[in-house]
Amino acid sequence: MSAAHWRRAMNAGAAAVANPVAHVAGATPAGHPVSGGWGIRRRIAAIRPRHLIGLAALLLYPWIATPFFTFQIGGQSLALGLIALSLTFLAGSGGMVSLAQMTVAGIAAYVVAIFGFSAADHISLGWPWWLAASMAVVIATIAATFIGWLSVRTEGIYTIMITLAIGVAFQYLCVQNYSLFNGFQGFQKVEAPVAFGVNWHDATPFYYLALFCALGGYWLVQYVLRAPFGLALQGVRDNPRRMNSLGFDVVAHRVAAYTLAGFLAAVGGVLLVWYDGLVTPGTVGTGALIKILIIAVLGGMRHPLGAFIGAVIYVLLQNFAIDLLGNDYRERFNTVIGGVFLVIVLFSPDGMLGWWVQLRTRFAARRGPGAETRRLPQQQGR
Amino acid sequence: MNPTFRRWLLRAVIAIPVAVFVVWACADDAKLFLRTLLNGVTLASLYFVVASGFTLVFGLMRNVNLAHGSLFLLGAYIGWVVGDVTGSWLVAVVAGFLVSALAGLLLQVAVFRHMPGQDLRQTMFTIGLSIVIADLLLWGFGGEIYQFDPPGIIFGRTPMPFIKAYPTYRLVMLATAIVIGVLLWWFLNRTRVGMMIRAGVDDRAMLAAAGTNVQMVFAITFAIGAGLAGFGGVVGGTALSIAPGEDTRYLLASLEVVIVGGMGSIPGAALGALLIGLAEQFGLAYAPTYGVVFTFVIMVLVLAFRPQGLMGKRG
Repeated sequence: MSAAHWRRAMNAGAAAVANPVAHVAGATPAGHPVSGGWGIRRRIAAIRPRHLIGLAALLLYPWIATPFFTFQIGGQSLALGLIALSLTFLAGSGGMVSLAQMTVAGIAAYVVAIFGFSAADHISLGWPWWLAASMAVVIATIAATFIGWLSVRTEGIYTIMITLAIGVAFQYLCVQNYSLFNGFQGFQKVEAPVAFGVNWHDATPFYYLALFCALGGYWLVQYVLRAPFGLALQGVRDNPRRMNSLGFDVVAHRVAAYTLAGFLAAVGGVLLVWYDGLVTPGTVGTGALIKILIIAVLGGMRHPLGAFIGAVIYVLLQNFAIDLLGNDYRERFNTVIGGVFLVIVLFSPDGMLGWWVQLRTRFAARRGPGAETRRLPQQQGR
Repeated sequence: MNPTFRRWLLRAVIAIPVAVFVVWACADDAKLFLRTLLNGVTLASLYFVVASGFTLVFGLMRNVNLAHGSLFLLGAYIGWVVGDVTGSWLVAVVAGFLVSALAGLLLQVAVFRHMPGQDLRQTMFTIGLSIVIADLLLWGFGGEIYQFDPPGIIFGRTPMPFIKAYPTYRLVMLATAIVIGVLLWWFLNRTRVGMMIRAGVDDRAMLAAAGTNVQMVFAITFAIGAGLAGFGGVVGGTALSIAPGEDTRYLLASLEVVIVGGMGSIPGAALGALLIGLAEQFGLAYAPTYGVVFTFVIMVLVLAFRPQGLMGKRG
């Protein structure tokens, strides 16, 4: 199902309040049944040319781009985007802005290093890569569930504080603890495996691996959002009290959302440690936690695609801001990215996707009323 | 279960291990125990000064000011410069307070006033701001560690029973925090503006409806809250030191204090600061590599059994 359809279906109710015109356009979600299911024909019918073009572009990208662009830009963006996707899912669909998603990814990265191979061989257990990676995903998902169980005790604005506190506390634990987390140095030389005759640390294989995981995560989020669970979760976001009276277990839905988001972040964390080749307390530091938030906000939290758009913009800025700034200011990347973040927060709460929708609305309004005139509902923290 | 019995059971579960630990620690090394206790209490006093500003702003404006740590660092650096130029530590303290208060006032008037009721957006804005401020401060002051030069009269060592001597400055810090706590109490409970602030914490809309200039109250509160951060920056920077990264440390401390003590409550901030300060110092002294776990466990326990914080009101 296309993004536009999904958004139309989701926003039908909320947009009706925000914009009476949208009521006419959005109230009939083109007969889309809300429950999930495996309707293959419907699924194929929902594929639009732009999806195929996008997919072909993603697949062909390494053949056109240089290894630097494939690995440093492409691979990194996809891995970071996957972690940001977990935040986009939590915040956009669950209304819970968690800063601890990078912590979950970091836990996965640490587990890969602890169970697999690293330079600190007095700690690393040297298990085969597939076992270490699956352990990482399992343990990080459990940790995410625990973080979720803690954070859902509070709502809205408090969630940011609590998840930030959890994240920073984990970083301090990593710095101080030498027996398990190897303290300040962390783990170096955590290399991506050589499996099935392919060295996955090479640019093109890593890109395809990251692309596979990112597309899988994207599909999973899109699927869950249309499944009964996802719809109930969005109901919980919009009005927890009403959902509670309807018999939905609000807390369970929220914790389950954390678990799912944790799974995505864990996969992203495994990719990230294979990309970086190391994991240190800096991987889970405040800067890293906030980086994920910046990526999600840059792209826009309304749609899963936003996470990846934000990641691409962030990575491009990170790599080329130096060229823009000139040599005297090459250290001032944080000011630039912080400034961009401030501009986005001030002028476009829905990120780049918000701008895109605004542009399209303006364009559509010129073509004729009612075509695409829906506004994204303003859903601020409550 | 009988609620009274349950409450007592909970108290016993907490009190008995603590009592056992105190007895064991005193028997083992009384000097270390007393020194750690004093370190904990004096650190708590610093945390209280910083976190009370945070909780004041939060309670009234629902604004989780994640740039609070940056205001701390800003006040500390500017205070250091002023102290360096004038040669007076007291002037540095005043400058730290004023600069941060001014920055807070500016933020409230120029930015937050224009996004009322959008808590999440305000919080995100403070996050972006903290990145920029931290980077600009790093640019301006570099990565070196700065230390203050307080007057000799408060910088020596004070003779104490059992542990021979203890740094005078940390005791001064404790006294300062108590004075600030009392002043805040007096301000909030006995003055007209303080009553407005308390009314705003309870019900913002009603306060506005009653004809109070809410924006004025907001601005004053934000200035005081931010000023306390800058004040804490100079006072804390004198006890320890100031360096890049300290903003995160004090932000984390403020968050933990406020989560444990209860959001928006000054007595809660005092209690939370005491718990977090003691946990941190005892963790450091008795279990160095797991020190941070103690504060975390306290936070988890409070969240699990009393999500609104120890002194927080049930929302």
